[in-house]
Amino acid sequence: MDGSLNVIGYGLAAIGPAIGVGLIFAAYINGVARQPEARGLLQPIAILGFALAEALAILGFVLAFIL
Amino acid sequence: MPYVLASAGFTPPGPSSFWHPLIGDGAFAVTRSMFVVVATVIIIGLVMTMTAKRLQLVPTKGQFAVESLYNIARNQIGVDFIGEARLRPFLPLLVSLFLFILLNNLAGIIPFVQFPSMSRFGYVVVLTLIVYVVYHYVGLKKKGFGGYFRGFLPPGVPIWLVPVVYPLELLTYFVTRPLTLSLRLFANMFAGHTLLLVFALGGEYLLLHSGNIFLQATSVASFAMFIAMTFFELLIQFLQAYIFVLLTAYYIADAMAEEH
Repeated sequence: MDGSLNVIGYGLAAIGPAIGVGLIFAAYINGVARQPEARGLLQPIAILGFALAEALAILGFVLAFIL
Repeated sequence: MPYVLASAGFTPPGPSSFWHPLIGDGAFAVTRSMFVVVATVIIIGLVMTMTAKRLQLVPTKGQFAVESLYNIARNQIGVDFIGEARLRPFLPLLVSLFLFILLNNLAGIIPFVQFPSMSRFGYVVVLTLIVYVVYHYVGLKKKGFGGYFRGFLPPGVPIWLVPVVYPLELLTYFVTRPLTLSLRLFANMFAGHTLLLVFALGGEYLLLHSGNIFLQATSVASFAMFIAMTFFELLIQFLQAYIFVLLTAYYIADAMAEEH
């Protein structure tokens, strides 16, 4: 894997989505802990949010290889 | 560790590790991933038709396994997002996308196959193209040209914000959605398989080519990480198949929705 500076940049870029994903799952766990029967309702929403936040990290990953 | 290895003549895995031509070479080579894709299509076809032919009221173990996968795609994703009443035309798409992506991802950790075909971008582009055409077609058919393009705007946007919001929404529907849908699956499979390659090839190099008893001892840690990461990959591979189908259902539902 050449271009180690790119990888460092990607590591920095991944901090934002990482915090976002952490917040999403923290909220999901909170919700399920408060109301366990809402689990089935919350799960797809949490995973949808996870996928959307993760998209930023994925874009960064691809750019780290392209640039 | 990578620095030590690089100075000793170790070539770390990269994008070139994913190019495996088996027959021929160049643009028309028959590659390893093609065999994986064809094999998964045959396996899915055989298993599904065999199971459907002898359905029993009390399911056997095999029927139960197939039904569980079908249940994930239909009830957990389809009914939740699209709704039971409108689900029927999209059910084959959702179920076959889920099974196809799941099996192709799992090929990344099945011994002796060990190649996730979705780490080649071309396959993902085709899948995304199918989804892209389907959700735009469904939206245009349901609402008509004018209605569909008016529907992009979220309700309750003040009139002076429309020139700002509308181009962004257009960009979301026509560029961002297909781009992220395809890149997410591709990059996850690519990165995951590269990670496994780093630990497997690094451990192999340390054990066989380093010629230093202390470095050889560290290969144990590398192989242990390889095994741990394989189980992590199993989770990721399942999750990515699930997310791809979930987003497909979400986009279709969103295109058909009366209001945002």
